[in-house]
Amino acid sequence: MLTRTKQQLKDHWAAHIVLLVYGAIALFPIILVVLNSFKGRKAIFNSPLSIPNRETFSLIGYTTVWERANFDLYFGNSLLITIVSIALILLTGAMAAFALSEYDFRGNTFLGLYMALGIMIPIRLGTVGILRLVVALGLTNTLTALILVYTAQGLPLAIFVLQNFMSQIPRELKEAARVDGASEYRIFALILPIVRPAVATVAVFVMIPIWNDLWFPLILAPGEQTKTVTLGAQQFLGQFVSDWNAVLSSLTLAMIPVLILYLIFSRQLIRGITAGAVK
Amino acid sequence: MVHKRIPTHIIVFLLPAFVIYTLFMIIPLADSLRLSFFSNETGDFILFENYRTLLTDDLWSVRFWGALKNNLIFFAINMAVQNPIGLLLAAMLSRRNLRGSGLYRTLLFMPTMLSVVIIGFIWQLILSPLWGIAESFMDAVFLGQFFQPWLGLEGSALNVLALISVWQFIGIPMMLFYAALLGIPEELIEAAHVDGATRWRVFWSIKFPLILPTVGIVSILTFVGNFNAFDLIYTVKGALAGPNFSTDIMGTLFFRTFFGQQLQLGNPEMGATVAAMMLIIILAGVILYLVGWQRQITTYEI
Repeated sequence: MLTRTKQQLKDHWAAHIVLLVYGAIALFPIILVVLNSFKGRKAIFNSPLSIPNRETFSLIGYTTVWERANFDLYFGNSLLITIVSIALILLTGAMAAFALSEYDFRGNTFLGLYMALGIMIPIRLGTVGILRLVVALGLTNTLTALILVYTAQGLPLAIFVLQNFMSQIPRELKEAARVDGASEYRIFALILPIVRPAVATVAVFVMIPIWNDLWFPLILAPGEQTKTVTLGAQQFLGQFVSDWNAVLSSLTLAMIPVLILYLIFSRQLIRGITAGAVK
Repeated sequence: MVHKRIPTHIIVFLLPAFVIYTLFMIIPLADSLRLSFFSNETGDFILFENYRTLLTDDLWSVRFWGALKNNLIFFAINMAVQNPIGLLLAAMLSRRNLRGSGLYRTLLFMPTMLSVVIIGFIWQLILSPLWGIAESFMDAVFLGQFFQPWLGLEGSALNVLALISVWQFIGIPMMLFYAALLGIPEELIEAAHVDGATRWRVFWSIKFPLILPTVGIVSILTFVGNFNAFDLIYTVKGALAGPNFSTDIMGTLFFRTFFGQQLQLGNPEMGATVAAMMLIIILAGVILYLVGWQRQITTYEI
């Protein structure tokens, strides 16, 4: 055991040093904020690098945030928007990907390219038009507007990835089901569990930009009742710049759910990235 | 006439995605482009007049060319810093039998997951002279005298923001390079080592040429991402992208033009024109990548 560790260090010491140094650079700012969010104001300035102890521990920042901002409401909004958007993207995306990969119909290639346009063209460039449309539909300051926009934003990548996966499923499987008299809808339902890993990957990929987005909440739904966590944090932080306890606590509150989700899904996500590139 | 109708079930499968995507992405984009040909004052169709104003009018052109220049600098710094470091980290991570590589991978990718808003504020705090974290760190290595409130200075704010962006998004090139490096067959590397090639030599003569396609993908992703950036600058510097517009990029210019800021009124037509220019720039980049890079480089079948 010891010799293996020694061998490992001998072979890879340079790699470990590079990765540890960069790891420190990547994590230090995050840890610093979380640590200091549990301290009183004096300790934040006098000993920013120490771990909170019995003397310096304080939850004052969290109580301020709790009293002054509706973070629970913002969380609820973000959660609802993200979950409904992902559900819509996955369902409608999988259906479209199935049709594109399974059937040979006129305009198939064209439609595939049309849907893929959005992978390279950022949806933000259509913001002027989106706002006009949302106003015309009477959807300003609604979560519905955000959900529809995010669904449109996520669909191109979802369809592209799922289509690739679905075209790899052996024909015999589907033909056998057809011989048994299964309808096309039934066959789609049969295929879905097979592409589950791809569906999970797509879910993680489209989730992050939706949860973290500032642009569309700021433009389409800036009202108090429809604020997302990202927008809420941005505005709260802007107002409370001088209240360091509150700033650090709200940053921590906004980070924690994402980090927990990330740690749960990181294997899925990383496998998704690597599978896509390696094939 | 053999005119086969598309069966109902195909239409049922395609329709929902097609409708949402077309309604909320394609039509708004087209509508936005259309609007850029109309006058803000009179509502008349004026063809390229808005574009002429944006590119040549004294008041407008200063902002446009300034934002474009800043955006190019922002992109250049991202390319020059993010991708080499990402490649280095990926090269280290992809070493065979490296202990703890899974843990490294997970931790190094962490900043990429966080909202730009959070990242912007964290770095604002760290670099703030009030808190003094950055300053005391520099003191520790005897560089304290060089500390300055970089985010507030016209000469350095944009560079620092670009580096913050690098810090956040480095996980993406790292992962893409990592995946590409893992895809190289082990026999190839073994053979080179047997022939006495050093690790350094193996990397540059064998591995790097094999992952060139990924270099292209990373570059175009960086390009599109940078020319679409907004959140970081808006969070740290506000819509006015100060000091004195020194951090103004296309995204903030678009937002300001569309919504107005302080004394300036919002102008959807000019906003649409800025967005159209961003679209042209991004498309130019994508086309350059497709014909200038993807077609030119040799892809090795492995």
